[in-house]
Amino acid sequence: MSVAVKLPTVLRPFAGGAERVEISLSGEPTVGAVFAALEEEHPALRRRLTDDQGALRRHVNVFLGNDNIRDLNALDTPLSDGDELLVLPSVAGG
Amino acid sequence: MSEAVLLIGTKKGLWIGRSDAERREWTLDGPQFEMQGVYSVGIDTRGDRPRLLVGGTSEHWGPAVFHSDDLGQTWDEPPKGSIGFPAGEDASMERVWQIQPAPADQPGVVYAGAQPSSLWKSTDGGVNFELVRGLWDHPHRKDWGAGFGGQAIHTVLPHPTDPDRMSVAMSTGGVYRTADGGESWEPTNHGIKAHFMPDPDPEFGQCVHKLAAHPDVPERMFAQNHHGVYRSDDGGTIWKSIADGLPSDFGFPIVVHPHEPETVYVFPLIADANRIPTDAKCRVYRSRDAGSTWEALTNGLPEVPSYAPVLRDALCVDQADPAGVYVGTRDGCVYASADAGDTWTEVARHLPDVLTVRAAVVG
Repeated sequence: MSVAVKLPTVLRPFAGGAERVEISLSGEPTVGAVFAALEEEHPALRRRLTDDQGALRRHVNVFLGNDNIRDLNALDTPLSDGDELLVLPSVAGG
Repeated sequence: MSEAVLLIGTKKGLWIGRSDAERREWTLDGPQFEMQGVYSVGIDTRGDRPRLLVGGTSEHWGPAVFHSDDLGQTWDEPPKGSIGFPAGEDASMERVWQIQPAPADQPGVVYAGAQPSSLWKSTDGGVNFELVRGLWDHPHRKDWGAGFGGQAIHTVLPHPTDPDRMSVAMSTGGVYRTADGGESWEPTNHGIKAHFMPDPDPEFGQCVHKLAAHPDVPERMFAQNHHGVYRSDDGGTIWKSIADGLPSDFGFPIVVHPHEPETVYVFPLIADANRIPTDAKCRVYRSRDAGSTWEALTNGLPEVPSYAPVLRDALCVDQADPAGVYVGTRDGCVYASADAGDTWTEVARHLPDVLTVRAAVVG
């Protein structure tokens, strides 16, 4: 199955300029699995979304539809074929 | 043709000052690394061409270390990042506070001090860093505390001739040194006060803000503490106050002249409870006798009232002769002296808070 990750402008240089990254998943399809797959294809992007231990960075928001994955099952949120994850920076910082 | 570069790391990006070897007139490039707090910068002058290093932290996207081999025109980092805790550790990199090239006879070795308090070593010129396990596994680590700025190793002081010896300083925790290449570390804070603790003379836990030493006299070290300015003449074993001639013993940075081991610079603030310059004047203080007496440097620094502190890494010297001295303030001004502090010129104003400065004459 395949899902997509849609990136804000500031992160596109870490994905070769792409606005949208397609990810093929073979195992259990979760948000965490998408990030793990990003490690292979776009490690510099992955590091900006998650910290050294794989936790989602505090001021990074990832939406599945209109739902923030933190309000779902976080990195264990299950995905379906064709889903699109939207990455957005939170309103943070001075 | 020699040129001078001045890296100015701010709360919102990097600016680069450029000048000729005389360092009297400066132009300013920037910003780069927008929306990143540039807490550490380094200029590695040991190789065939100078390498610039930047430790930036995005509040959104995390920390990273970048390097440039074309004096800041382009920047690079390895895809998997330069620096980060191994999987399974109870920590993640939050901020790189210090990037310190080792002495010239250790080409390629660059140290980094980071938050949470950790020391890192690169052997490829700052491209990839490895955690120094000996300090990370120190039994004191669980007791190191955090100040306003976080809990970090902010100063790395390699010994000039012995690659096995080094001192680091952290807030809070104090000064630690190794004599076996980083395998084992001992706290060396005897004499440094910790007024914020029930016992003001603890073995460790001091809030040392900055540490400095001259490579010709490595046993003599200087420390600006959270209240207290100190000198050690025995490599950090015993510390004695040198604050008597200063208007205040509070401040953040301390640096040593590149060619005069007795000459040291600080930027006093009134007190812990009132962190603005003494007399509301932007004044660097200089001692030419290792801290016995001090003088305020005023020529070219602002006469108008100034309420902006100078942070721990925002005062530096270059290695040129005559020596350059540089200071950046929290209200975004940068002043440079090309005569060891006798006279100053304004390099920048209205930048974001200046976090760090480093300068070198290269080429």
